Amino acid sequence: MSGDFNIDTAFFLKYLFNPPAIIWKGLWLTIWISVVAQALGVAIGLLIALSIRSKRAWLRGFGKFYVWVWRGTPLLVQLVLIYTGVAAAGFYKYPDIQIGPFTLTGPLQAALITLSLNEAAYMAEIFRAALSSIDKGQFDAARALGMRPITAMRWIILPQAARMVVPPLGNEFTLMIKGTSLLAILGIRELFGTLQQLNAATFRTFELFIIAAIWYLLLTTIMGFVQKRLEAHYGRYDQPAADSKTTPGLRGLFSGQR
Amino acid sequence: MAATDTTPLVALRDIRKSYGDVEVLRGVSFDVHRGEVVCLIGPSGSGKTTLVRCINHLEKIQSGRITVDGELIGYREHKGRIIEDSEKRIADRRQKIGMVFQRFNLFPHLTALENVTVGPVRVQGRDPKTVTAEARELLARVKLADRAGHYPSQLSGGQQQRVAIARALAMKPAVMLFDEPTSALDPETVGEVLEVMKELALTGTTMIVVTHEMGFARDVANRIVMMDQGAVVEIGSAEQIFTNPQQERTKAFFKAMR
Ligand SMILES: Nc1ncnc2c1ncn2[C@@H]1O[C@H](COP(=O)(O)OP(=O)(O)OP(=O)(O)O)[C@@H](O)[C@H]1O
Ligand SMILES: [Mg+2]
Repeated sequence: MSGDFNIDTAFFLKYLFNPPAIIWKGLWLTIWISVVAQALGVAIGLLIALSIRSKRAWLRGFGKFYVWVWRGTPLLVQLVLIYTGVAAAGFYKYPDIQIGPFTLTGPLQAALITLSLNEAAYMAEIFRAALSSIDKGQFDAARALGMRPITAMRWIILPQAARMVVPPLGNEFTLMIKGTSLLAILGIRELFGTLQQLNAATFRTFELFIIAAIWYLLLTTIMGFVQKRLEAHYGRYDQPAADSKTTPGLRGLFSGQR
Repeated sequence: MAATDTTPLVALRDIRKSYGDVEVLRGVSFDVHRGEVVCLIGPSGSGKTTLVRCINHLEKIQSGRITVDGELIGYREHKGRIIEDSEKRIADRRQKIGMVFQRFNLFPHLTALENVTVGPVRVQGRDPKTVTAEARELLARVKLADRAGHYPSQLSGGQQQRVAIARALAMKPAVMLFDEPTSALDPETVGEVLEVMKELALTGTTMIVVTHEMGFARDVANRIVMMDQGAVVEIGSAEQIFTNPQQERTKAFFKAMR
């Protein structure tokens, strides 16, 4: 119980309130990777969910296999396999891709692909649970009005599924934000990678990773507010005391592990 | 005009339908003419619901022919064989057939007005402004002009069912199907729905109504079809069936009703 802790308060405050540009860059990278990967994960996940519900046996088989593989392996393994493994085996070397003024480097490509495909497996399960909880009478009524399956999906089924998808989607996005910290192993300087880099130069581990935690907490908290707004929006057609606890496929808000 | 008036609007010819090994419709045939109200009665499990669901092809049939306005429903002739029709043509045919369900099946995420407009706008691609004006008239016709902005969860059962009737009418169908439209209602709201249906009948709407409301059948139906165990037991005018049933099973059914 020594009294002299090795904490550099001035360093801490400086990096917290007046962070150097590379922290801002890392933060920005974390945010946009999370948003893009989550959006792609939602879109692909919906397609996988629809294929699992398909009448065609091979589509169902494909969908289930997809979910099984991606949910059954660690994200870290997937990342290394898709980047280093694929390049090492000579399948694809991840050359830089130029999109307007932005350069999408190899590691970023691999990160986006892996995070999206991984997320799609979880979103597929969430969509599947939401879709299967919709009353069969809704499909009957839509068909009876002369809606074709795509029309019924778009205007009747998905808007109702969305309401059930939003709470677990919020949790998914929280996990996504936290999960991007794994990208440091591909050498991507997102928030975590950046702080790791600073740590290597300054050895102020405690201060820097408290700062990392604060930033992640801030992001996930903002996310929580957005989620609340969305839930209110999609719950607007319920009478006051609506039950929002029966959402299927929930993963705990801060307990997610991959 | 005489020629078209005598061709049936709905013609059922030897309809057979099985679930697995169980045959639930065993060769049902009858016609419904323009402007006619036909009530389907019969004990529970006799196949009434199944029959009306077959008429708009919510259920497939194993053999027989269903035509509405001279057009085959659900199937088409191809090189002398009958095959299931394309999704698009089935959906197109359904626009001519309005359906009202026992459990309303209103779209919970849409207001009463939107429930009525969604078909004409999203299926028929009609101008939303015109459709909305028509929908308001329809809601007035079912005496719900003041509930246009309410969500289904904010309406009573009787009100929901009246919205469902307006929703079906909005497609300007040639025939309206009702499957026990009042049996999921609180007794005090049954009357308001029957009142609306009576008004429809008086204004010349062709209707096929599955019902246990014998008072309604007696007052409104032109003809009664009595079904039992997947077959038509007896068909006659309301007057004849109620005052002078020919078949023992019809007599037994009325006795059990009392
Ligand atoms: N999806 C299904 N799968 C298997 N059997 C079914 C299915 N739907 C209905 N049946 C059976 O078909 C028969 C006819 O049912 P149907 O619902 O058409 O009767 P109903 O005359 O409408 O009865 P009720 O007055 O109780 O509504 C019943 O024996 C029922 O058990
Ligand atoms: Mg029934």
